[in-house]
Amino acid sequence: MMQLEKEQTAWTPEIIAFCCNYCGFAAADLAGIQRMQYSAGLRIVHMPCTGKIEMEYILDAFERGVDGVLVVGCLEGGCHFMEGNLRARKRTERVCLILDEIGLGSERLKMVNVSDAMAPEFVQHVQEIVSTVTALGPSPLKPSENKESAGES
Amino acid sequence: MIVASPKSITELKKIIADHKKVLFVGCGTCVTVCLAGGEREVGIASYAMRMARKLDRSPIEIRQVTIERQCENEFIKDLAGPAAEVEAIVSFGCGAGVQAIAERFPAIPVYAGLNTQFLGVLEEQAIWTEKCLGCGDCMLAQFGGICPVTRCAKRLLNGPCGGSLESRCEVDSDRPCAWQLIYSRLKSIGQLDRLEEIIPPKDWSHAWYCGARKVVRKEHQVK
Ligand code: SF4
Ligand code: SF4
Repeated sequence: MMQLEKEQTAWTPEIIAFCCNYCGFAAADLAGIQRMQYSAGLRIVHMPCTGKIEMEYILDAFERGVDGVLVVGCLEGGCHFMEGNLRARKRTERVCLILDEIGLGSERLKMVNVSDAMAPEFVQHVQEIVSTVTALGPSPLKPSENKESAGES
Repeated sequence: MIVASPKSITELKKIIADHKKVLFVGCGTCVTVCLAGGEREVGIASYAMRMARKLDRSPIEIRQVTIERQCENEFIKDLAGPAAEVEAIVSFGCGAGVQAIAERFPAIPVYAGLNTQFLGVLEEQAIWTEKCLGCGDCMLAQFGGICPVTRCAKRLLNGPCGGSLESRCEVDSDRPCAWQLIYSRLKSIGQLDRLEEIIPPKDWSHAWYCGARKVVRKEHQVK
């Protein structure tokens, strides 16, 4: 914990979490109600369903210099719209291939599945991607004026 | 429809390595339907290319336009404005679209963003299969509407090779034996007697093998 706090003072990765309304966002909401702690660098984008996440949304986030993207959908079989989360997984995998091909690295993007009651798991997924991205360092696509404040030398 | 697939970002990056301002042109017809070169795919390729070039410390500016059909001058002329502002064009149309744009803009390099594959149909979401080679002398009536010229790996016109296994082609078990399909189809439409006829060697003079072809329909010409 001390270690995490120390790293966060140095640089907090900017992570976008695309959360579906019915599970991902509800789990994040529950985590908030229960006052669970997670990285302050997380920004949640509330989506009606992960099936609504176009590949361009994720690519756009990376082009703008975010350090990592988390796609949070319902458990498989539990999607409110039947198969939105299954489609989201395929699209996420395709974007992972693109990220590897261009050299940004697919480790910065991850899709996870939670139910609306799985607040602790949501927090754990967030902290996992935060630590993966922290180890990788800031996105090399970050606009240069932000690099100093992001702690990159 | 014409079915195509996207070139890899790595290949595309190499093709336009010398350019800093490029126009990516999508086509709103066949390649939009086969999810290869429509507005969305052009958008994805643009994001990937801009990021790839930024990571290489050689940023690129990309403009994107998708026109209704790249194989018609009537639509290509809409590109005149954007084309005047770039060093090169990448066409995400089929090979015909790429060449039509290149003819229209003689002073600008025009590159293909797709690999054009074949004339085919959508079997199910995201799966396309080849159905016609465009041989110029259609024989479908003889074969119950199933083309052995395209779909039989050996282009046999007088019955199967005998190598099929459980109705699959011996060359690639991923596809059905065209002759099995022809037999079943002729049987179900009551035309099995067509198989009695010996088909002479195909006249290939109407096909591409003699060079690029031309179709002229005088009754529709206006001058
Ligand atoms: S016979 Fe020729 S034109 Fe007819 S479907 Fe086959 S390849 Fe196409
Ligand atoms: S198995 Fe059928 S489709 Fe394949 S080469 Fe033989 S006859 Fe043609």
